[in-house]
Amino acid sequence: MGMTVTQKILAAHAGLETVAPGQLIEARLDVVMGNDITIALAVPEFRRTGAEKVFDKNKVIVVLDHFAPNKDIKAAMQCKVCRDFARENELTHFFDVGRMGIEHALLPEQGLVAPGQAIIGGDSHTCTYGALGAFSTGVGSTDLAVGMATGENWFKVPAAMQIRLTGKPGPWVCGKDVMLHLIGHIGVDGALYRSMEFTGGGVAQLSMDDRFTIANMAIEAGAKNAVFPVDDVCRTSLAKHCRTPWTSFEADPDAVYENTVEIDLSAVRPTVAFPHLPSNTRAIDDVGDVPLDQVFIGSCTNGRMEDMAMAARILKGRKVHPRLRVLVIPATPSIYLECLEKGYIRIFMEAGCAVSTPTCGACLGGHMGILAAGERCLSTTNRNFVGRMGHTDSEVYLCSPAVAAASAIAGRIVSPETLEQGEA
Amino acid sequence: MQNARGKAFVFGDDVNTDVILPGKYLNVTDPQELALHCMESADPGFAKKAAPGDILVARKNFGCGSSREHAPLSIKYLGISCVIASTFARIFFRNALNIGLPILECDEAARGIRPGDEVEVDFDSGRITNVTLGQTFQAAPLPPFMQNLIASGGLVSYARKNMGK
Repeated sequence: MGMTVTQKILAAHAGLETVAPGQLIEARLDVVMGNDITIALAVPEFRRTGAEKVFDKNKVIVVLDHFAPNKDIKAAMQCKVCRDFARENELTHFFDVGRMGIEHALLPEQGLVAPGQAIIGGDSHTCTYGALGAFSTGVGSTDLAVGMATGENWFKVPAAMQIRLTGKPGPWVCGKDVMLHLIGHIGVDGALYRSMEFTGGGVAQLSMDDRFTIANMAIEAGAKNAVFPVDDVCRTSLAKHCRTPWTSFEADPDAVYENTVEIDLSAVRPTVAFPHLPSNTRAIDDVGDVPLDQVFIGSCTNGRMEDMAMAARILKGRKVHPRLRVLVIPATPSIYLECLEKGYIRIFMEAGCAVSTPTCGACLGGHMGILAAGERCLSTTNRNFVGRMGHTDSEVYLCSPAVAAASAIAGRIVSPETLEQGEA
Repeated sequence: MQNARGKAFVFGDDVNTDVILPGKYLNVTDPQELALHCMESADPGFAKKAAPGDILVARKNFGCGSSREHAPLSIKYLGISCVIASTFARIFFRNALNIGLPILECDEAARGIRPGDEVEVDFDSGRITNVTLGQTFQAAPLPPFMQNLIASGGLVSYARKNMGK
């Protein structure tokens, strides 16, 4: 029986010729990553394993991005646990405030993740790195602790779901719209326990940043991981960022997919997820009148350079609606610097946006932009569950940076196309 | 493994980790303190109402969303003896096994149990009894590997054994 990309990577890391869906394997890990929330909980479990040091100081990565810069005393104590752990283990890749970026934007940018690798991360959006043709999945703190101690973990080989992309996306349609459209179609458990394998001629029409956004939200459909083919777009990005050697895998022609979903990219409209599930989607044409209190542009889903460029293109020379608060967070220090050099930060600030150093805080209702009861936020993040960004009586709508920027000007959810026509 | 018996608290589809343990409490690592906020966004009084041994019942995709182990920890340390759901989200399922929170997948039971029903769970056979209604349901047993994982005391003990510690 032929294997998918995911199955081939897992077989290679388990030292097996072949693996089949449902098989339980123990696999070697190339990267084990955690953040200030999950490492703090993993450190006591790590000690309980009896390990004195992490399995490889070059392969365990710690990023203090969630409640850092320390949001309160409790967060400061947690960050200190992580700082002490990183220093004690002499980790090569420890990212603290100032060098820290949002993990899933930072690791690919720093060239620390590559095709063919097996990666676990103490963060559900670790599936992001599948955009580079890696097997990458989110785990909890106990799995993280064991991964850091042994460099291995157990996996159940997932069955696969094929997402075949055709066509070319229209103007103002990006990876976020494609993924919201897909999740709206298959549901928040539409890919439960399975790998999402992206294939088809439409893949070449998606930029690397589009692919990161799409793979990032695979967990929002319940998937174990997502994986994109390694093509010219991917190789160009790797040439710029990644200096370590890597191996790519291709699916066998007779690889087995439990089901296939076809998406014609040219038919995808800018898409918005309404409260309180990422699957509760509507095309921008059907959103109706939704006035806003806050707009957030950033996160591991949409805080990359293309996202910033898209927002800047719309906000340039315009002002955000007077009743709105608009927050823009470039995901890494490098992205922030490039935004400065390209004049985007000036554009954002002159439009009336607040611009901040990287942090995940706002996305998960931690700090930096918490919502009050009755408030409504349009956000480029990944989840709109009850109370996700603050009070349980607040609402979160998910969208692309283009829709977020256009809506920031209009004060309600609108399409960037509307703005171009001067209707807003 | 000892049988579980308690009163059922029933929730719906797609109960996510933000509802089980809101993000604002992720600056807490003490599981006893996390337990005070368990299910707070769905039912603010849950942590006070639930007694040790009680059983949490939900429908499809329980625990979807974040990988925060704080969510199953809050349930375990509140004293919930078992979570029964139609299906579990992948990371939650794994985390629950790793920390030793008993969970069972059984759609019929998830549909057949009402709030307040007295429920008994036999972990060895996977049999779930709604004592109040006199109904029994059969849950899918865990694969042997996962039973071993629980039997050896969770993933850390399992790893220690593998590391020869």
